[in-house]
Amino acid sequence: SVQAHNEDKAQKLMEMNGLKPVPDSYDYDLIVIGGGSGGLAAAKEAAKYEKKVMVLDFVTPTPQGSSWGLGGTCVNVGCIPKKLMHQAALLGQALQDSRKFGWQFTEEVKHNWMTMTESVQNYIGSLNWGYRVALRDNKVTYENAYGEFVGPHTIKATNKRGVEKLYTAERFLIATGERPRYLGIPGDKEYCISSDDLFSLPYCPGKTLVVGASYVALECAGFLAGLGLDVTVMVRSILLRGFDQDMANKIGEYMKEHGVNFIREFVPIKVEQIEEGTPGRLKVTAKSTTGNQIIEGEYNTVLLAIGRDPCTRKIGLDKVGVHINEKTGKIPVNDEEQTNVPYIYAVGDILQDKLELTPVAIQAGRLLIRRLYAGATTKCDYVNVPTTVFTPLEYGACGYSEETAAEKFGEENIEVYHSHFWPLEWTVPSRDNNKCYAKIICNIQDNERVIGFHVLGPNAGEVTQGFAAAIKCGVTKEQLDSTVGIHPVCAEV
Amino acid sequence: GKNEYDLLVIGGGSGGLACAKEAAQFGRKVAVLDYVEPSPQGTSWGIGGTCVNVGCIPKKLMHQAALLGSALKDAQHYGWNIAQPVHHTWSVMAQAVQNYVKSLNWGHRVQLQDKKVKYFNMKGSFSDPHTVRGLTKAGKETVVTADNIVLATGGRPKYPTHIAGALEYGITSDDLFWLKESPGKTLTPFVFNVSLECAGFLTGIGLDTTVMMRSIPLRGFDQASQMASLVTEHMESYGTKFLKRCFPSKVEKLESNRLQVTWKNSDRGTEETDSFDTVMWAVGRAPDTKTLNLETVGVKTNSETGKIIVDASEATSVPHIYAIGDITEGRPELTPTAIAAGKLLAQRLFGQSSELMDYDNVPTTVFTPLEYGCVGLSEEAAVQCHGSDNIEVFHAYYKPLEFTVPERDATQCYMKMVCLREGEQRILGLHFIGPNAGEVIQGFALGIKCGATYPQLMKTVGIHPTCAEEVTKLHITKRSGLDATVTGC
Repeated sequence: SVQAHNEDKAQKLMEMNGLKPVPDSYDYDLIVIGGGSGGLAAAKEAAKYEKKVMVLDFVTPTPQGSSWGLGGTCVNVGCIPKKLMHQAALLGQALQDSRKFGWQFTEEVKHNWMTMTESVQNYIGSLNWGYRVALRDNKVTYENAYGEFVGPHTIKATNKRGVEKLYTAERFLIATGERPRYLGIPGDKEYCISSDDLFSLPYCPGKTLVVGASYVALECAGFLAGLGLDVTVMVRSILLRGFDQDMANKIGEYMKEHGVNFIREFVPIKVEQIEEGTPGRLKVTAKSTTGNQIIEGEYNTVLLAIGRDPCTRKIGLDKVGVHINEKTGKIPVNDEEQTNVPYIYAVGDILQDKLELTPVAIQAGRLLIRRLYAGATTKCDYVNVPTTVFTPLEYGACGYSEETAAEKFGEENIEVYHSHFWPLEWTVPSRDNNKCYAKIICNIQDNERVIGFHVLGPNAGEVTQGFAAAIKCGVTKEQLDSTVGIHPVCAEV
Repeated sequence: GKNEYDLLVIGGGSGGLACAKEAAQFGRKVAVLDYVEPSPQGTSWGIGGTCVNVGCIPKKLMHQAALLGSALKDAQHYGWNIAQPVHHTWSVMAQAVQNYVKSLNWGHRVQLQDKKVKYFNMKGSFSDPHTVRGLTKAGKETVVTADNIVLATGGRPKYPTHIAGALEYGITSDDLFWLKESPGKTLTPFVFNVSLECAGFLTGIGLDTTVMMRSIPLRGFDQASQMASLVTEHMESYGTKFLKRCFPSKVEKLESNRLQVTWKNSDRGTEETDSFDTVMWAVGRAPDTKTLNLETVGVKTNSETGKIIVDASEATSVPHIYAIGDITEGRPELTPTAIAAGKLLAQRLFGQSSELMDYDNVPTTVFTPLEYGCVGLSEEAAVQCHGSDNIEVFHAYYKPLEFTVPERDATQCYMKMVCLREGEQRILGLHFIGPNAGEVIQGFALGIKCGATYPQLMKTVGIHPTCAEEVTKLHITKRSGLDATVTGC
């Protein structure tokens, strides 16, 4: 069998390298490489079934030297700090609104970056701590060490001081996640920062250039502008690739009208330092993607948000024969999160063709463990997973984008219902009355079943969640029409 | 002779206007009569009904003003430097709210005109089943005849007339939103959601506010009093004062123009007294039917409530006379149901539709400082209907991420889902206390309409980080007795 062949080959490799052959009994039932959303959820679940579990988590510092504790991207440099800083920006807007609602305070209100960042980091610290405690309480062994495969069922863990230890396990779960990609241009690693650095930056970033058009780029640009900073976004081509483009454009429009500058169809070709400092001054040279035009700009900070790469290339996967997509680094798995090596599984952002979301990783991790150790059969349902982009005007979505629906079902077979709306809370402070927007996409041939839901407006995440549940129940347009609205809220639209 | 109009709607509120405009879409000749009898304090307003003028709209805006007060406090933790102290000026808020409401009145007038619906600012009463006499404020009379008549006159706040001074010196929600000057130190007896919502935002904008409670806080809502207690508990920690198991006996005016209220404290068996600037009564609403002359045409009403009795098609006991909205017996007193019922009625009368209004599983939200949204059955109703052995209640205490940095108290942030225990475990009811409760509940209401089950909800992936995602993670049952506090990411 393939498995025997692989294990045999790897065993020979190990013996050739003078390592011990695989013992009959393993140190652990399960070793999880990566203590993020997926990894920790799986580890805690496995411990419930009295399995002997180890979690290896290690954060390679960024080029700028940033590092963080246990919990993975979401907790440390993703969802959590992002949402808190987004909230800080929203509160800035709330301050402006509140004057119209009768609140009076000094004219000039300034934002203090350090106060915010300290609060956010303190909260994250408490989460890191909480995870350490949770693992301990669940009797999961945790090591702050870099894990890599060295042979069948065997992993080498190297800690900060370079001390190496070998461990064996019956099964492994790879949940190493991703890290931000760099441009590969002169000055990128020396002078630019990424989202890995932003949330713990010990000084206000000042005038910032955000490179990229991903949701990370737009969310960061959004809250930085909301805090009063001069922000420019440099976009190579389109915004939010993979998202409904109609909605993506509306998000961009809103951001533009609210003070974010956009430079479209340019890519940076070099970054130079004009002056050192916290922040310093940087000169960015960029080239047009449609011609020969070159432009230059000066910024205090350059934030790269052009994508993320899976941490799969340096963990010894070749030693155990786990296939990865050579181009993207992602790991293909079957619908039970199993790699091509039967005792090695993977969850989270590193998976090929799956969504890069915390709740998905958690769900996949938990269900996997229940299948392995509790005789369950439920597989992770990746269909109709809702998401929210926390840009200044939030965007919640579930199901198909308009383009994908048209492609899959044919334009003549889908019906799109849409509406602009004006949140009641925006009336008194005279905020935009035609920016908030909602649309649903229905499949005419299937009883006008709702196959796509999109909303642009405040609290989009809160609004979208319930609709995602309804879509899971197969809601049709008729049922939507007959559901009474709660008044006055945005969601009733 | 032939009747002048195809449809006459008496009452230009949520239900009435929706019905009239829908009927006009079918090319029918429609007229609307709307008239606002000034409150005992003299307050009046334009077309649009309760919701627009003295209900949902101004209430939510003032609630927003209060929420913004909290936001100002939070903002400092998030790095915004705001010099203390921060003041709130009632008149700035009131004027902004009143201006917006007036723009809505105007909008409705324009819409009626565009749709060629005739509007009379008159008080209507029946002469016979197809004839209504309209009277203007000045006393001018017009007679209107119609094939079909829809009654949508809504309700007005009740006064506890047995309490001396209640009518002369107290105000109601009809007046609160139109006050030009701050209400100051306010007492609101008793407790209906109106009273809690108003007390909530008054506290939020910095006013000394007291709620006087005879017994249970939110009559009609989740009666385990669990949800109601959590809401009032939060308000107490928020700064609203509560006088529990007390009821007022008299209101007198002092020389200073303040009001002296005397009440009986049934716990201590004593009589107590204090002075206030404003006393706002919230003792329920009565249907506005007295001047319609219903007896003349034989429209039957419920003897206890005074509300008009209708069947599933909104028909009264008299052919061609219908009723919708707050005025009807056994219906929820909500704008969206009135609107939906009004539209469907017009579609049945003039559009060859046979679709009836579905009043089941109507979601609602109480906009107290910590909002409470719900849809479906309360825990009690579910137990009564199915027996406690046949239902499962999943619940959780959670903490909104946005509360962490400003260290806000999330003790009362709570949700519970009531399901059938056997079979596919259909969801019977969902209750949520927290910020943006209305936004959270709306989508789930849709799911419940589709017959959502607990397993389907568990298969729905959460959106992170939100409060709503906790609904998809509910797994601790009340039955288990385990700690229901959500921990970690």
